[in-house]
Amino acid sequence: MPWSREEIAQRAAEELQDGFYVNLGIGIPTLVANYIPDNVQVILESENGMLGMGPFPYPDQVDPDLINAGKQTISELDQTSYFSSADSFAMIRGGHINLAILGAMQVAQNGDLANWMIPGKMIKGMGGAMDLVAGVNKVVVIMDHTAKDGSPKFLKSCDLPLTGSSVTDLLITNLAVFQFEEDKPTLIELAPGVDLDEIREKTQAEFVVSPDLKSN
Amino acid sequence: MNKLKNSASEALEGILFDGMTIMAGGFGLCGIPEYLITALRDSGVKDISVISNNCGIDDFGLGILLHTRQIKKMVSSYVGGNKTFEQQYMKGELELEFNPQGTLAERCRAGGAGIAGFYTKTGVGTVIAEGKEHKEFNGETYILETGLVADLSLVKAWKADDEGNLVYRKTARNFNPVMATAGKTTIAEVEEYVSLGDFDPDHIHTPGIYVNGFIVGTDHKKPIEIMTTREYVA
Repeated sequence: MPWSREEIAQRAAEELQDGFYVNLGIGIPTLVANYIPDNVQVILESENGMLGMGPFPYPDQVDPDLINAGKQTISELDQTSYFSSADSFAMIRGGHINLAILGAMQVAQNGDLANWMIPGKMIKGMGGAMDLVAGVNKVVVIMDHTAKDGSPKFLKSCDLPLTGSSVTDLLITNLAVFQFEEDKPTLIELAPGVDLDEIREKTQAEFVVSPDLKSN
Repeated sequence: MNKLKNSASEALEGILFDGMTIMAGGFGLCGIPEYLITALRDSGVKDISVISNNCGIDDFGLGILLHTRQIKKMVSSYVGGNKTFEQQYMKGELELEFNPQGTLAERCRAGGAGIAGFYTKTGVGTVIAEGKEHKEFNGETYILETGLVADLSLVKAWKADDEGNLVYRKTARNFNPVMATAGKTTIAEVEEYVSLGDFDPDHIHTPGIYVNGFIVGTDHKKPIEIMTTREYVA
């Protein structure tokens, strides 16, 4: 059984370490906040200008002046601070954020990431994604292993416009986890019921298999 | 000099001209100068280049200037969620320059601070880097980005005093402080007008030197784009 959206988020939450300052992207990455381990405290950054992002507000505490980078209403915590967009990206670009978790459309074997544009189809923009992947210490990327038509999304090289070049540190798909440290990515973990043959069949990127490959 | 103006149209009088560049603060619909945007629309000024992180939604914020076709060009990091924008852009009726969000914020900060350009790692190896100077520092590649200034900056704050000192509220701060510094003229829109001396000087976010005038809006609409809540657990 491949991992569900929630299980992918849960797996990504294992990357959180006590005391980390963390930026979570829109979509599945947002769900990671639901799975922060009990013995770990992290501070969530929202790039529109907030550190110490709290949970969604109670209905009578909704405040239009208090949203996250996905434009959702949120709440503040005792340790919360607010600051300008320039200060926000100073902490991102300046390497002060320990971990970012982002979604992707394509990832390449050299760590290239594409998640902001499909030429001729989608014009939304990169938002803060290019700054995050350029500045944050560790970049965890989450995506489905294949596209809806079954074609691979983990590729030799991306054909979509890049968000960043060689920026991925860890890729978590619904089928497997890959680490980017050496020349080639290393397969380190398989989702339950997924075997190496299935990964090879659904992956275009070249990768090596960790001698400590973990099966779930 | 009291910088308080009676209305948005009075605050913009004699400042607007066709083809001008305008910065507008806000992130999504949070912290946008809604009365000043409406006054821009009513002024009929056209062919404007707008520097703003987003372009509002179809019927609110900067989106209302798309319906009247007053915007020639947008400089933004994200324009999703606005159908009018998408249609006009796809038809080639609207120019668009994407800037990474942090690069956009820093370009405004730099422009306001008299910094002509700066090197950043953001965008290296992407389309953003095309045609830009690349330079190595300590073995890493950076690209040159330039500072931005605007003919006019429109910002939204929470409170202002007579001097034009501004205080923002929560995440409605976003781009407003940096854009306030980067306008040749800066007009603010606030919710509360306070007397001189009411602010603790240590708590002022934007010193009045950057602010040429301000208006006090009543009943800001402040629409919420995505309402997300949690339930009380008994």
